[in-house]
Amino acid sequence: MAGKKQTLSFEESLGRLEEIVRHLEKGDLPLNDTLKLYEEGTGLIASCSKMLDEAEQKVVKLKKGPDRSPIESDFEDENSHDA
Amino acid sequence: MDQTLSVTELNLYIKNLLESQPMLAHISVRGELSNYKIYPSGHHYFTLKDSESSIRCVMFKSSADKLRFRPEDGMGVTVYGRVSVYPRDGAYQLYCAHIMPEGIGDLQVAFRQLKEKLEAEGLFDESHKKPLPRFPGKIAIVTSSAGAAVHDMIRILGKRWPMAKILLLPVRVQGTEAPAEIAGAIRYANEFDVADLIITGRGGGSIEDLWAFNDERVARAIYVSRIPVISAVGHEPDVTISDYVADRRASTPSNAAEIAVPDCREIADLLDAFDLRSSQAMRKRITALWDRLDFCSTRRVITAPTAAFDLRRLEVDRMRERMSAAGEKQVSRCRQQFVALTSAMEAMSPLLVLTRGYAIASSEEGECVRSVAQLQKGDRLSLRLCDGTAQCLVEDTKRS
Repeated sequence: MAGKKQTLSFEESLGRLEEIVRHLEKGDLPLNDTLKLYEEGTGLIASCSKMLDEAEQKVVKLKKGPDRSPIESDFEDENSHDA
Repeated sequence: MDQTLSVTELNLYIKNLLESQPMLAHISVRGELSNYKIYPSGHHYFTLKDSESSIRCVMFKSSADKLRFRPEDGMGVTVYGRVSVYPRDGAYQLYCAHIMPEGIGDLQVAFRQLKEKLEAEGLFDESHKKPLPRFPGKIAIVTSSAGAAVHDMIRILGKRWPMAKILLLPVRVQGTEAPAEIAGAIRYANEFDVADLIITGRGGGSIEDLWAFNDERVARAIYVSRIPVISAVGHEPDVTISDYVADRRASTPSNAAEIAVPDCREIADLLDAFDLRSSQAMRKRITALWDRLDFCSTRRVITAPTAAFDLRRLEVDRMRERMSAAGEKQVSRCRQQFVALTSAMEAMSPLLVLTRGYAIASSEEGECVRSVAQLQKGDRLSLRLCDGTAQCLVEDTKRS
C-alpha cells in the first residue's frame, strides 16, 4: 500500500484527498468503505505533509552535452565563481 | 564665362561645392516618408517631403540594416545624413545614415509594429494560452546566471515551494546575441522536455536593455513552446512582446516565482483543513451510527426479550382457561341432560309401579303373565315385588 502511495505525485495525492473528503462528508458509503477511505485519507495527509516538511530545494544549471542532451551541473559552485 | 564644361565636370563641380559645406555634411531634416522602397540590393530609396517640397533620399544597406523599426510611408521622421549629388542624374539627394520616427523613439515604433503583426497572426490569443501546472515539479529558468533576477527567483521559489527542482538555462539577456540565445534555450527546454514550467525574463532596465524580449524570435519560441511559459521582464510598467505571447505575464521576476508555485504554508493549511474535515465527517458518521445503535438497544425487544413471550404465554393461558371453561360447561350440560334422561327413564320404569304395591307375575318360562287364561291349577308363578320375588303355586283360576 505504501508503494502505491509513492507513485502518486503531490498533485494526484491532493486531488485524491479532495475526493476522499467529499465522500466522507457525503457519508453515503458503507461503514467499512468509509473506514478504508478515512485510513487512506489520513495516510495521504501524512505523506503530503512529510513531503512538504522534508522538501529541500535543488538548483542545477543545464548545459548542452556533446550529444546536445542536457547535463546538470551545480549552480551554487558556478555562482560563487561569478561572484 | 570663358570656360565650357562637360556635364560630368559640372555635376562634379556642384558635388564638390555641396560637399564642402559643413552644414550639409551633417544634417538632420524633418519630414514625411513617401514612396519608400527597399531594393533587392538592400538599399532603401524614398522621398522626404513636407507640404511644399520634397527631396530624394537614399539609405545604403549598411545603415538600413541597423534600423530597429520598419519605415512606412506617411511616417513623420527625422532623417540624419549628408546632402550630395548623384552625378549620373545631376540630382542632389540626402544620403541617410539614420532615421528616427518623430515624437516617439524608433524602438517604440518597432515595438508597435511587431506587436500589431504578431497580434494579427494570433500569437497573443487567449485561446492559445496554456494553464500553468498547479504544483510544478521542475521549473526551467531562462535568464542570465548573473544578476539579481535569478537569485530573487530561486530564493522565492525555495521559500514557497522547495519541492520544485530549479533548472537554470543561462543565457545572455541583452546584446545582439541575446534573442537567439533566449529563443534557443526555450526550444531546447521543449526538445528535451526538461521541465513542466518555463520562466524567462530579466530584471528591469532601459527599453534597450529589455529589447531582447521584444524580439520576434523570442516571441515565436514562446508561442510554440509546449511547456507553459511565464514571462517576467523588468518592472511593473514595462510590457514586452514576450509578456503578450507568454501563457502568463509576471510584473517582475520575483512575481513570476510567486505565480509559478503555491505557498507550501497554504498547502499545509489545506492539508490541515482536509484532516479536520475528514475526522469531523468520520466522527459525525460514527455518532450517527451510535445513535442508531442506541435507539435499537433501548427497544424492549432487546432489553426484555422475553416480554413478548410472556404476553404470548398469557394469551395461551387465557385460551386454555377459556377452553377448559368451555369444556366443563359442555360436560355439566351433558350431565344435566343425562340426569334428566335417567329420571325420565326412571319414571317410565315398571319397577317404579311395584313400589306402589303392584306385582309382576311371570311364568316359569319367564314370560310375563297378562291373563288368567295362561294359567292352570298347579302352575308355578314368580311374583316380582318391588324389593324381591316370591314363588307361588296356582290353586285355582277364575275369570272375572
